[in-house]
Amino acid sequence: MSKGCALLEARNLQVTRGGALLLDVPELSIREGETLSLIGPNGAGKTTLLQTLGHLLKPFQGEILFKGQKLSGRSVFEYRRRLAMVFQEPLLFDTTVFGNVASGLTMRGMKRGEIRNVVTEHLNRLGISHLKDRSARTLSGGEAQRTSLARAFAIAPEILFLDEPFASLDPPSRGALIEDLERILEQTGTTTVFATHDRLEALRLSDRIAVMSQGRILQLDSPEEVMNHPVDEFVASFIGVETILSGKVSRRNGGTIVVSVHGREIEAVGDLPLGEPVALCIRPENVTLTTNPSRELTSARNVFPGRIARITSLGLFRKVELDCGFPLVAYVTHHAAEELSLKEGKEVRASFKATAIHVVRRGEKGYPN
Amino acid sequence: MELIFEGIKKAFWLLVTLDPEVLGITFLSLKVSGLATLISLVIGISIGAAVALATFPGKRIVVSLINTGMGLPPVVVGLFVTIFLWRNGPLGFFEMLYTPTAMILAQTVIAAPIVMGISVAAIQQLPRKLRLQILGLGATRLQMVWILLREARLPLLAAVMAGFGGVISEVGASIMVGGNIKGYSRVLTTATVMETSRGNFDMAIALGIILLLLAYFINLVLTHIQQRERPR
Repeated sequence: MSKGCALLEARNLQVTRGGALLLDVPELSIREGETLSLIGPNGAGKTTLLQTLGHLLKPFQGEILFKGQKLSGRSVFEYRRRLAMVFQEPLLFDTTVFGNVASGLTMRGMKRGEIRNVVTEHLNRLGISHLKDRSARTLSGGEAQRTSLARAFAIAPEILFLDEPFASLDPPSRGALIEDLERILEQTGTTTVFATHDRLEALRLSDRIAVMSQGRILQLDSPEEVMNHPVDEFVASFIGVETILSGKVSRRNGGTIVVSVHGREIEAVGDLPLGEPVALCIRPENVTLTTNPSRELTSARNVFPGRIARITSLGLFRKVELDCGFPLVAYVTHHAAEELSLKEGKEVRASFKATAIHVVRRGEKGYPN
Repeated sequence: MELIFEGIKKAFWLLVTLDPEVLGITFLSLKVSGLATLISLVIGISIGAAVALATFPGKRIVVSLINTGMGLPPVVVGLFVTIFLWRNGPLGFFEMLYTPTAMILAQTVIAAPIVMGISVAAIQQLPRKLRLQILGLGATRLQMVWILLREARLPLLAAVMAGFGGVISEVGASIMVGGNIKGYSRVLTTATVMETSRGNFDMAIALGIILLLLAYFINLVLTHIQQRERPR
């Protein structure tokens, strides 16, 4: 894989509307083959950035380079022929499902027989071949969004822009579609920029995450870095200060799995194959701290000694950052903190239950440990 | 009552026997109004689409002017077309006044703003993002306009019907620029006016029935299409 080469670069990107600065991105580089998530609240500028990167939104200041070539004039059109865009609304054309998936190919003047083959392949890929002749107007939300994705993938884009494609779907169809998208991205290796406000979606699909607010990118890094080391309070509060740990399934016992993380073994509830790369999310309120080594917590499967790296007061409670061989964050009340006389540098034991861990599959696109 | 009854009886006789004069008038009506509608479609849809898709200062004023044009009084159109085609008017050298061509011209002036106004509305009611989606799939400008028109085809069909309905039933402009010349520029509406003023109610009723049937037919097709599939 040629991951790492810049496929798309943006420099000094600015979008202003009616005197207001909607987007201000001094530099952004999207690597070939990666999935980059743009994450942030509504109005953070995710959509504006996506549409500007797709050269669909005008006017804007700054420049966009595709494969090192600055886009202008004729090359803008040629660039648009290499990208595909999927919006939150399916925006299907008033024709059959087949006609929709074929539309990008028809625009490119592809021959009928060839169109038939490509469309059939992508209908199968998204599991909608049975809907081939249905009118796009009669589809459910999930089916429509699948058609929209099939239409985008059918043109074999070199770069794919997804603007919250799952945001308006109900949870079951959403989950199934994310799974399929993950699989297709693995198969095709398409470079993808994915806007979402769901951090678990971002964690699951992306190689890198860009956290946005008010038109700016606050942090752009690997999911682990962003989640474990947010650059500022906004990122921390938006992402949540959960501990996120990458690891691989090393053992399975009925109903639980043991995941090795930085050489430590953490037990979690789940049923995944051995060797599966996963991310473990542990909410700080589920981590208990003790100072007395003899007091065993019977129900907590995971007990780790660690040293307190930092304590921050967060109003009603304190945030304690630990180094247990891996980073771990715990919340304790002021009262408990006084009682245990917690301070930076002190050795404590941290424990959390196997049921308190949220296991997210990382897929093959995930980071090597 | 006797008058009406006799009139209707004779009118049906004229219709059933396919009276050559009635047929001739009907065909000319269809030809003039059909051609005028066709020309208005080309003008109205292309300008309407351009206005709807472009952003320029004063767009609102242009749209409101088009919308005003949808209600142009035929008599006023007739007046201006007559002046333009008058022997020493700006277009007098064409010697077009009192010909079916002049009627087509006048009816086009009436129908074009109707088609244009409905086209603007039809394209503007499409989701804004649809344009981005089409461009994002790699469409050329022309392909984008074509897809948008195809997406707006139901309301555009209404534009066809409204344009045709407007000119087939119009009398003022036709009589002014066509002159209601027997066998040459006489159409359903102008003939109905004349026969009524002469007291030939049978002929007038026959012509009136044809006009009504045409109006009914247009609405039938329109309603059928609109009810078949409602856009989401």
